[in-house]
Amino acid sequence: MFELLGIAPQALFGQLLLGLINGSFYAILSLGLAVIFGMLNVINFAHGALYMIGAFVAWMLLQYLGIGYWASLILSPIIVGLLGALIERTLLRRLYHLDHLYGLLLTFGLALIFEGLFRREFGSSGQPYTIPDLLTGGKNLGFMFLPIYRGWVIVASLIVCLATWFVIERTKLGSYLRAATENPTLVSAFGINVPRMILLTYAFGVGLAAFAGVLAAPIYQVSPLMGSNLIIVVFAVVVIGGMGSIIGSVVTGFGLGIIEGLTKVFYPEASTTVIFLVMAIVLLIRPAGLFGRTR
Amino acid sequence: MMQTRNLAILVALLALAILAPFVVYPVFLMKALCFAIFACAFNLLIGYVGLLSFGHAAYFGGSAYIAAHVAKVWGWPIELAILSGVAVAAILGLMFGALAIRRQGIYFAMVTLALAQMVFFLAVQAKFTGGEDGIQAVPRKVLFGFIDISNEFTFYYVVLVIFLAAFALIYRIVHSPFGQVLKAIRENEPRTISLGYRVNHYKLLAFVLSASLAGLAGSTKVFVTQLASLTDVQWQMSGEVVLMTLVGGLGTLFGPVVGAFVVITMQNYLSGFGEWVLVIQGVIFVIVVLSFRRGIVGEIAAWWKARRNGAP
Repeated sequence: MFELLGIAPQALFGQLLLGLINGSFYAILSLGLAVIFGMLNVINFAHGALYMIGAFVAWMLLQYLGIGYWASLILSPIIVGLLGALIERTLLRRLYHLDHLYGLLLTFGLALIFEGLFRREFGSSGQPYTIPDLLTGGKNLGFMFLPIYRGWVIVASLIVCLATWFVIERTKLGSYLRAATENPTLVSAFGINVPRMILLTYAFGVGLAAFAGVLAAPIYQVSPLMGSNLIIVVFAVVVIGGMGSIIGSVVTGFGLGIIEGLTKVFYPEASTTVIFLVMAIVLLIRPAGLFGRTR
Repeated sequence: MMQTRNLAILVALLALAILAPFVVYPVFLMKALCFAIFACAFNLLIGYVGLLSFGHAAYFGGSAYIAAHVAKVWGWPIELAILSGVAVAAILGLMFGALAIRRQGIYFAMVTLALAQMVFFLAVQAKFTGGEDGIQAVPRKVLFGFIDISNEFTFYYVVLVIFLAAFALIYRIVHSPFGQVLKAIRENEPRTISLGYRVNHYKLLAFVLSASLAGLAGSTKVFVTQLASLTDVQWQMSGEVVLMTLVGGLGTLFGPVVGAFVVITMQNYLSGFGEWVLVIQGVIFVIVVLSFRRGIVGEIAAWWKARRNGAP
């Protein structure tokens, strides 16, 4: 069958795998954007920059303190989450009474600051980050060769996405969160500290971005530019999926990763633009997005 | 009384613009004027319709490539090259605008940004754009077949005329019945719909006008710097025009012009600082959004109004 298509199965499955990996980053990042948007009504333009910082924190922990991958996977999201909490408390909080666009513009400014600082410090070239010992090597699956680390990335991101879904949809904390998204005044009347929930939501959302950054560090080079190129694609993913549901973000993220991977096999010239084309088609057919609610 | 004072200010500004190249480097002035057109075009959408386009680099840079290509490779005269740049920007604006106005608010910004990124990737891949090198040494010889514009000094006045024409057009648009409907959409879209206006037609027309004017800015800029490159279509360029408009004052006529001059001057003086420029721009973004939302012209106007009301 593969011979008929004129494509080597190795290439096809290799690109599919790469697509799934990109898709897992799209999923985690768009999930974080959706959680933040639901609570804060802010589109976090700095999301890509914080993903980049997450990767850099892991790199710096290894380089300067000798702290390895597994610890970084926990530490980096916490450090970036603290940075996020600082941003929310000192800057974003002043804008909630204004038009949502100001939140976008503020976080855009933050993205420029972060990217500029890291570019000044590390230049535009990437820093390598080695794969942890436990996950090196690969497995021959018969139809393709699977590098263990890449399999791990997909599994880890699925676990994180499912855990997020579980916390928000199935726990008490999540129910407060959903209620506060619908009607913050009423929820605070019940004695729940809504500003603190907003703070935690933002910290959690950017922590997710940092987690994705650590996952990405061994695959891509750790570079100051890694975030800004990704975030625009993630915006397109968010427009396609709509920010209404968590499962929607995850499905859209992985789905678009696969579409991108397949495009690389069959028509490589369009691989950078295919997601934007999908976005245009979705806007024509279903303007609210695949999983979106109009509001 | 008010009328004569406004007229006096206008004449003084015009005199300043005419005398400026005797004092300041003309290429710098021309560049600033092009970006002033660009920022005014952007402001037409955000300031008067309330639509934040985060992808205006697509029209600016797209038209720059087209103008540079037809002038250099096909040997078209400059006036036709600029016109074809504007035409392409208008077509792009029509296509992207029709898609983007299907969503509102924050989604509108994301859609325009994503579509502009598509143009960027196309520019990276297309052969005629010259990849990283861009289209260099775009020829600038004669205008209308008899005006020699290879001289920077003469070309400055051509750019000034283009700027004044664009500014006058925007003034007319804003102060027309059409402009009033746009402002109504900005203030209250559902009410405008209920009054019987086909809001989407107005939005789309405003979008196409804004994109075309951004195209005019881009294709004029090509003949100032004689270069069309990836910088012109990058998302950073879309961010820069937002910054200019914010600094100058959203929704004011002169704000974007002031903002463009401020930002271009800043870039000129800071060009030696490398990546710090990015950081400084980011800091200005944050400061303006947090505590200077009216911008320079907006603050002056508010101060003026308060003074007039305070002292009868």
